[in-house]
Amino acid sequence: MADEWKPKIIGIICNWCSYAGADGAGSARTQYPPDVRIVRVMCTGRIDTLFVLKAFADGADGVLVSGCHFGDCHYLAGNYKAAKRMFLVKSVMQNMGLEHKRFRMTFVSASEGAKWAVVINDVINTVTEIGPSPIAAERKRRGL
Amino acid sequence: MVYSGKKASESSEPPVEPRIGVFICHCGTNIAGSLDVIAVKEYALTLPHVVVSENYAYMCSTPGQNMIHDAIEKDHLTGIVVAACTPRLHEPTFRTATANGGLNPFRFEMANIRDQGSWVHMHDWDGGTEKAKDAVRIAVAKATMLEDLYPMAVPVEHRAMVVGAGVAGIQTSMDLAKAGIETYLIEKEPTIGGRMSQLDKTFPTLDCSQCILSPKMAEAGRMPGIRLFTLAEVEAVEGYIGNFDVTIRRHARGVLTPDEAAAKGIVGGGCTGCGDCSQVCPVVRPNTWEFGMAPRKAIYIQHAQVVPLIYTIDFDACVKCGLCETACGTKKAIDLNMEDELFTVKVGTVILATGYETFPIEEKSEWGYKLYDNVISSLEFERLICASGPTIGHLVRPSDGETPMSVGFVLCAGSRDNTGIGKPYCSRFCCMYSLKHAHQVIEKIPGCKAYIFYMDIRSFGKAYEEFYYRIQHEGAKFIRGRVAQIQELPNKNLLVIAEDTLLGMPVEIEVDLVVLAAAVQPTAETEVVRRLFGVSCSADKWLLEAHPKLDPCGTTTAGVYLAGVCQGPKDIPDTVAQAEGAASAASIPIHSGQVELEPYYAQCVEKLCAGCGMCVGQCPYSALSMIVADDGRTVMTVTAAKCKGCGTCGGFCPGGAIRMQHFTSPQILAQIDAFFLGGEQ
Repeated sequence: MADEWKPKIIGIICNWCSYAGADGAGSARTQYPPDVRIVRVMCTGRIDTLFVLKAFADGADGVLVSGCHFGDCHYLAGNYKAAKRMFLVKSVMQNMGLEHKRFRMTFVSASEGAKWAVVINDVINTVTEIGPSPIAAERKRRGL
Repeated sequence: MVYSGKKASESSEPPVEPRIGVFICHCGTNIAGSLDVIAVKEYALTLPHVVVSENYAYMCSTPGQNMIHDAIEKDHLTGIVVAACTPRLHEPTFRTATANGGLNPFRFEMANIRDQGSWVHMHDWDGGTEKAKDAVRIAVAKATMLEDLYPMAVPVEHRAMVVGAGVAGIQTSMDLAKAGIETYLIEKEPTIGGRMSQLDKTFPTLDCSQCILSPKMAEAGRMPGIRLFTLAEVEAVEGYIGNFDVTIRRHARGVLTPDEAAAKGIVGGGCTGCGDCSQVCPVVRPNTWEFGMAPRKAIYIQHAQVVPLIYTIDFDACVKCGLCETACGTKKAIDLNMEDELFTVKVGTVILATGYETFPIEEKSEWGYKLYDNVISSLEFERLICASGPTIGHLVRPSDGETPMSVGFVLCAGSRDNTGIGKPYCSRFCCMYSLKHAHQVIEKIPGCKAYIFYMDIRSFGKAYEEFYYRIQHEGAKFIRGRVAQIQELPNKNLLVIAEDTLLGMPVEIEVDLVVLAAAVQPTAETEVVRRLFGVSCSADKWLLEAHPKLDPCGTTTAGVYLAGVCQGPKDIPDTVAQAEGAASAASIPIHSGQVELEPYYAQCVEKLCAGCGMCVGQCPYSALSMIVADDGRTVMTVTAAKCKGCGTCGGFCPGGAIRMQHFTSPQILAQIDAFFLGGEQ
């Protein structure tokens, strides 16, 4: 079906673990749906809550933040700091009228290509189940 | 080029309208076979600022790189986007091509349409094509905002450190020392030599292991370029490539070396390895180096060939009776009140060679290890058959000291095991050493039968397959099938119950002794060291190389390299080969004298900084501090050489005053906007 709705999901992921893990899924030719686009940062610590909220304001149906496992951060503790910060995202999402489940923070290491595919499948399924973002629908209605 | 020292507030948006060139790689059919590269190329031309869009079979090839080079000159490009594999593979390649074309190399951006595109959506032509278009759009959005950046050159300390002094660590240290680099060799045990020093013979040449290792150990121990620290562990690590500050904990040995004694003013003192102390010591403990099969005193050496030849006090066992002090006499080598010592050294590069230990096979209770006396591990077999071992080379069974007339060798004991108790990977050298063990029993005990229970025989190395045939001809019996259970009989013999998958029937064989070829796993210390140096590991906890094919000795932490089994199971030749490779890799930055750090450091935009100082606590490297600016306001400042570019400060700054070079907030927001809000002209 050509006009079947597909979620628009963005993944903001760290260079050392999750990006490498996502590449690993490719090397292993692990297949998953193509509904997530990637923005690479050096560390999840770089991720300003603003980036996530801007994505939602732009009409993202889902946002994924993924980094190294706790204790494995290439920069010692960036992932801890990011995880703490991301709690703020959830409280703002509530005010934006968005379901918490549209946002996910995960931990995928450089060797976990298979886990990356599981994460992507899960995020896509969750967001597909919730349906289109109300912000995206509103933007569409206003012709933005 | 060296960082110009320009402040963030002075840099500005590119003065000219961005002109972006987009290059789509087919990667043969890796990309072009799964998505429409032509459609992506044409789509790129609809994006703002894109003035040229090309596609080519292999962008990383010389003609491909020349396309970038030529386009920069012809079309006066200000930014380059290559949609191809992953930046983790070819970003350096295309940065060089960009620089060769006369553009700053940091004006290059990569769109990953292979590893995270065509390869994961091989059967979704339309979906993969749409994703590739979006990836290009996101990359172009960033490329329009990229600016000239200049790497920082930092000097490299002319010293290296090797952690772990098994055969890998010894080889690496010797190579580095011979290359004129002072090398710290750190070993947690009282002696160097590692696992190889416990082996009797090496396959397939049947060289005596100690005969080939001991001269190396001795040479490493006396080489002027090697600073050897045994009974020492890495406690803390700071710094970055070229400038690591490593803190070492030297555990109290209780015995002074001649140098240490001289430093304390004891003329002609220090341990000479005479052993008078050990003879009088009243405390007897199992020798862990012999797997408890021999005794040792509380003051001991592990074996006769230890390097350095210095006795060690086991302070957990020592009763401080002082008899050893008396026996030592005028050498005054013994210090029962010695305490751990901490010291910090500065090194340019580090090699990790922390080795392996065997998987605790008692967890596979069906084989009865540690339940039945006559089930032993392969390393215990090595000691029992070794002329310098506890039985002076007489293979005996532990229950009664009798010579076994039939021995069962159980391969893959915990390897290639997906039950969750064992290890899923192949431990790689067990097949070969079990063949060697079979040869040894047949040779040493006339009439002794050797049964090898195997899943596959992996004789992968040079002259290994020939060795396999030789053992077959010598009369070893090969039974293909994993052993299901081992039962002890009343006479302490063992019944090995397996399925012969070639005959397709169960077999039960009674043997006098069973040797389990235990799986190998990284040492417990490897995990500690790995975290200290920020090195990634694979799912099995082996240390992860930077790239399995292209950078097998490097890690994702610049300046840290890997050698030996800590990276994954390997036999002695492979270990030594990798050790030499790691030494070479680690000496390159040292010999070049300086390294360039990627200019991804933070900058403070002073006019936006409110001086709250919240960022200072976010930085893991203490690179940020608060200063009083020219206008009297308190603002943050970055010590660029300390900053590793994680951006944690920039992600936190409430005022957006921190600018992460190459990952600025406007650049990241432009990427997000490009995806959701489109951006086609």
